[in-house]
Amino acid sequence: MKSIVCIKRVPDSETRVTIAPDGRSLDSSGVKYVMNPYDEIALEEALARKDAAGEGSVTVVTLGPEAAKDTLRSALAMGADEALLLRADPPADGLVVARALADALREREFDLLLFGKQAIDDDNMQVPAMVAELLELPCATVVTGLEIENGHVTARREVEGGHEVVEFDLPGVIATQKGLNKPRHPSVRGIMMAKKKPLEERDVELEASGLEVLELTPPPPRPAPEIVGEGAEAVPELVRRLREEARVL
Amino acid sequence: MATILAVAESRAGELRPVSREVVATARRLADELGAEVEALVLGAPGVQGGATALAEAGADRILVAEDEAFGLYAPDAAVRAVQERCEATECVVVLFAATAQGKDLSARCAARLGRSLATEVTEVAIDGGVPVVVRPQYAGKAYARIRMPSAPALISLRPNVFAAGGVSAGRGEVEALALDAGMPRTRVTAFETGERERLDVAEASIVVSGGRGMQGPENWKLLEDLVDALGPKATLGASRAVVDAGWRPHGEQVGQTGKVVSPGLYFAVGISGAIQHLAGMRTAGVIVAINRDPEAPIFNVANYGLVGDAFEIVPKLAEEIRAIRS
Ligand SMILES: Cc1cc2nc3c(=O)[nH]c(=O)nc-3n(C[C@H](O)[C@H](O)[C@H](O)COP(=O)(O)OP(=O)(O)OC[C@H]3O[C@@H](n4cnc5c(N)ncnc54)[C@H](O)[C@@H]3O)c2cc1C
Ligand SMILES: Nc1ncnc2c1ncn2[C@@H]1O[C@H](COP(=O)(O)O)[C@@H](O)[C@H]1O
Repeated sequence: MKSIVCIKRVPDSETRVTIAPDGRSLDSSGVKYVMNPYDEIALEEALARKDAAGEGSVTVVTLGPEAAKDTLRSALAMGADEALLLRADPPADGLVVARALADALREREFDLLLFGKQAIDDDNMQVPAMVAELLELPCATVVTGLEIENGHVTARREVEGGHEVVEFDLPGVIATQKGLNKPRHPSVRGIMMAKKKPLEERDVELEASGLEVLELTPPPPRPAPEIVGEGAEAVPELVRRLREEARVL
Repeated sequence: MATILAVAESRAGELRPVSREVVATARRLADELGAEVEALVLGAPGVQGGATALAEAGADRILVAEDEAFGLYAPDAAVRAVQERCEATECVVVLFAATAQGKDLSARCAARLGRSLATEVTEVAIDGGVPVVVRPQYAGKAYARIRMPSAPALISLRPNVFAAGGVSAGRGEVEALALDAGMPRTRVTAFETGERERLDVAEASIVVSGGRGMQGPENWKLLEDLVDALGPKATLGASRAVVDAGWRPHGEQVGQTGKVVSPGLYFAVGISGAIQHLAGMRTAGVIVAINRDPEAPIFNVANYGLVGDAFEIVPKLAEEIRAIRS
């Protein structure tokens, strides 16, 4: 099976977000970047299937700045066979990203196209289903269970109140959710081998975005916190406050 | 006439409550734009009964496509329906609920229509005739204000944030929509509920979340009892630490790698308040923290904090709440 995994370089989830002087973007100074955690799950899924089958290939693709090569290299170190960098600064508009990825993917052959369910910077949850639609492929998002037999996919997809079972025939698209597998860490040998693996790169022209970011602000402040009291004795006072002050009971 | 399309959601022939939030928000925008509201409902036969009630939430036209195949999410047919309606009307905004289904469908529609999408929006307004939305990014650590100049603007609304009422009723003309379920590329073949009958953590208006401070899965009966005392709108949530430990199912996890919730009332019991947990609940209306460590970071976001042992506080809380409810 040939798999392609789309991965994104994102700020680590521990990042303290400070707003850049333009008032519309993240101040990236001092930010530590990592592979989007959901994309690690997508990559693990592709690698584990290749390991189990003893054949096949795994290609990783990212649309990102020059520095996103680090993310591709860590994917190669985890075990991917080859990498493609589409060099451009990814905009907040998922459709622009999806179109650029779809254009690059159209030239390639694959059975399974994997994504993370969500990039933890823009939190868009858009790109996987968009790429699927643009390539006219079937797609299951938020996948926590995956079986593939004779080219037929049965995926479990997390929804409110339970799971949906989604079925389709390959080629197709999967966007992975936590719980599907446990991503591996790159081994020292993997890191050494990664240096010899092919990494193709090219600049891409992005279309104009349909979203105009006017400003980026810190979250609205929460009301001043208050300690109501200590221990079980303070419970009646808490309940009174919830009823009379907050009116939520 | 300009139209706002509100995409409703149903399961097994029942309209999902979040649909009213979507339609009522469409109504508010339509009033400002002098537009009309069209609600789109796909569902199993019988869904029309519930769909009619969307008139009260502000729908002028209610288009209903009934088919056994629409008892479950039918992405390909739904995309086609949205596309057809956008082409048949002068559609300026398409609103979805930011549910698992709405997020999947809205992204497909955006690609099909070639229009941009704003996901999980928490505010929407009209400025100079153009929708302007606010949405959290970086797990809620920043909020972006975004202008969406190209029509139709596709927007998904975070559940529980927008009011489901308080608008004038619409004309409520119900029309059947002929929609062929066809031979879809993607087939949803089953829906399986979790073991519990409780509401999903993303849908409940009261959430009681437990963390590692609960010390073991056997102690969840205390939290379950509190949920029962709070009534049918309450449900259980969990921190990642307890999900990773296997004490609770992943479906209950609140946070960056779990669900984002916005209930009116959120109890964090024995949860320290790590940044990734806060990402999932900081837009809750009222946050109550119960923790024996007065320095726990959860107290920085809590409206009300109780310092002490959850094993003493939680049973007392359930008892007091039962007392005021009876
Ligand atoms: C990439 C990434 C993603 C993550 N995603 C999530 C996520 O989605 N959701 C999430 O929750 N976490 C997430 N985490 C984990 C997060 O960083 C924390 O580790 C986790 O939230 C801690 O869970 P906790 O508060 O239950 O446990 P702890 O941090 O161990 O806190 C337990 C608390 O219980 C209190 N306590 C102990 N005994 C009692 C008692 N008897 N009565 C009252 N209080 C008591 C303690 O004082 C302490 O504050 C993520 C981490 C990473 C790196
Ligand atoms: N710039 C990008 N390059 C490669 N893959 C991406 C990019 N942006 C998003 N993706 C993929 O799409 C998924 C969902 O992203 P998003 O729609 O931005 O939340 C991510 O988990 C990645 O798999």
